[in-house]
Amino acid sequence: MTTQMKLPVDQQAVQAFSEKNGEPGWLSSLRLDALAKAEELPLPKPDKTKIDKWNFTQFASHTVDSEVYASLEELPESVKSLVDTEKQENLYIQRNNTPAYLKLSDSLKSKGVIFTDILTAAKEHPELVEKYFMKDAVQMDEHKLTSLHAALVNGGAFLYIPKNVELEEPIQAVYVHDNADAALFNHVLVVAEENSAVTYVESYLATEGAGESLANIITEVVAKDNARVVYGAVDNLSEGTTTYVNRRGTAARDAKIEWALGMMNDGDTISENITHLIGDNSHGDTKMVVVGRGKQKQNFTTNIRHWGKNSEGYILKHGVMKDAASSIFNGIGKIEHGATKANAEQESRVLMLSEKARGDANPILLIDEDDVTAGHAASVGRVDPMQLFYLMSRGISQQEAERLVIHGFLAPVVTKLPIEGVKQQLTEVIERKVNV
Amino acid sequence: MASTLVIKDLHVEIEGKEILKGVNLELDSGKIHVIMGPNGTGKSTLASAIMGHPKFEVTKGEVLLNGENVLEMEVDERALAGLFLAMQYPSEITGVTNADFLRSAINARREEGQEISLMKFIKELDKNMDFLEMDQNMAQRYLNEGFSGGEKKRNEILQLMMIKPEFGILDEIDSGLDIDALKVVSKGINQMRSEDFGCLIITHYQRLLNYIEPDFVHVMMQGRVVKSGGPELAQRLESEGYDWIKQELGIEDETVGQEA
Repeated sequence: MTTQMKLPVDQQAVQAFSEKNGEPGWLSSLRLDALAKAEELPLPKPDKTKIDKWNFTQFASHTVDSEVYASLEELPESVKSLVDTEKQENLYIQRNNTPAYLKLSDSLKSKGVIFTDILTAAKEHPELVEKYFMKDAVQMDEHKLTSLHAALVNGGAFLYIPKNVELEEPIQAVYVHDNADAALFNHVLVVAEENSAVTYVESYLATEGAGESLANIITEVVAKDNARVVYGAVDNLSEGTTTYVNRRGTAARDAKIEWALGMMNDGDTISENITHLIGDNSHGDTKMVVVGRGKQKQNFTTNIRHWGKNSEGYILKHGVMKDAASSIFNGIGKIEHGATKANAEQESRVLMLSEKARGDANPILLIDEDDVTAGHAASVGRVDPMQLFYLMSRGISQQEAERLVIHGFLAPVVTKLPIEGVKQQLTEVIERKVNV
Repeated sequence: MASTLVIKDLHVEIEGKEILKGVNLELDSGKIHVIMGPNGTGKSTLASAIMGHPKFEVTKGEVLLNGENVLEMEVDERALAGLFLAMQYPSEITGVTNADFLRSAINARREEGQEISLMKFIKELDKNMDFLEMDQNMAQRYLNEGFSGGEKKRNEILQLMMIKPEFGILDEIDSGLDIDALKVVSKGINQMRSEDFGCLIITHYQRLLNYIEPDFVHVMMQGRVVKSGGPELAQRLESEGYDWIKQELGIEDETVGQEA
């Protein structure tokens, strides 16, 4: 069955958008190729979730213009609370599709660090961006949503860390969605050269105005030999926003990629997170927490693929499901032939808070090599009555006891986020989603 | 003020099987009672049922704390009314620090706006942890997670000392402890001893009583209290075992069932 799809934008519109942004030739032609592919390629097939009726293709307009924030004073309160306005020296804020604020410290600039919105990056550093953009981590023609993404990229950020540069302070990005007409086709590209180290933390947040909309987000992390990348994210898009989010990384020899992902969208969401451990001794670590509520349907596929010898992959996913929310958690540890002494470990736990909620944890180990170690643990259950009994026997009310257990259950990711404001954001979102 | 805890004809089932078959016991504040008895005679069931363990069903009887039947209360209400159960197997709770948990427990006993100040709380916590020879970092560790058996027991006594209930029920607080830990735990319990505190200690072993002198000793068999006496009863049990009681009462199998 082919999905009927008449896109709101055509070839001319894409061409015009590309020209208006002064894009290099390679990007224009990539967009046009991708647009053609998007018409014919099928949707991805996330295991155990049917998405053929989901809206990934209909949106009001390709881009909307939003006002920029001239200073941090103008930020809405919800954004202000995320940002340490005194100390945060490296910050990108995007409002719908508009780069609305950018700051990069002089010391990082002088070290050759690049941090800017993705379209400016394509214009100002065309060769560098071309080298990595949808090359190794995500390919344009994997399926309809990757090609649609490539055709319509209208936001996101580019972060480049030169060789031997180690950043101590985290780089922060905030994506504000406050206009229902805005569809988010954000692309975040993080390139960490040899022996470099960086922490990047992004927050998606929606305000009242977000309405019915869609987001098609792709992240690519490229960690070269012995680079270390910590990638934190809190996704909190609105109930009416259908989201496809694909975060992928490739780790070369001795490289390490750590993900700390707070998946707090209120709308239907397909999330794919893949780490390719290409080099020997590479290391991938994914920590993810999810809270599902209302009637939202979500699918979280987390995959660590081992190619390098002695590569280490760890997946930890904790989800809380309430109301009639339904989530599928697919965890995949894949060890390729030749990846001797690789170690693939994963753990998925789902806590159900209501009768109607659904949670499904599917651990999968695919191993094509003998000399490896691997392990998995998965569980779906309710709050442990013995834990509640213990807490309540100290005088703590049932409601407070449940709150403590749930927060504790989600703590492994919350505590991992390196920016205090973002940690606080995640804690508050969890509080709101679990208690209301 | 003197308080009383009266257990009247308590019958308790688990999964349809009767474990307690009419327990009667009266406790007063200021006194330490000890329940002894071989394995499988219902001692721990008694402790859990008084606190409201979800697996146990009370089919008959009353537990009156200062005249009020706690069996009609939720677990947290029983705690707020003055009961405390030091558990044999305390739960581990990831992501909740020992300190946060203790503060929540203390504040649950206080009116809104009257919460314990952080400074006062920390002072109190430090003092009690020192007294129990606990490492200071245990305050910031997740509740019981990865604690050794001995650390868990000390942590139960720490909670007892911080919460200061009217009645403490200590379920096998001595099991799995080496002699040093046993001394520390006993020191904590003796520290609690006062006119305002009553205690029910459940144990298999007489050795705990080398460090804590009980006022009353009771023996449970077949889901009932079959014998009560003073400290001398514990000494006789230590030297002669339980057989003489079984003989005296004509009991062949002292347990309530093979698996209990």
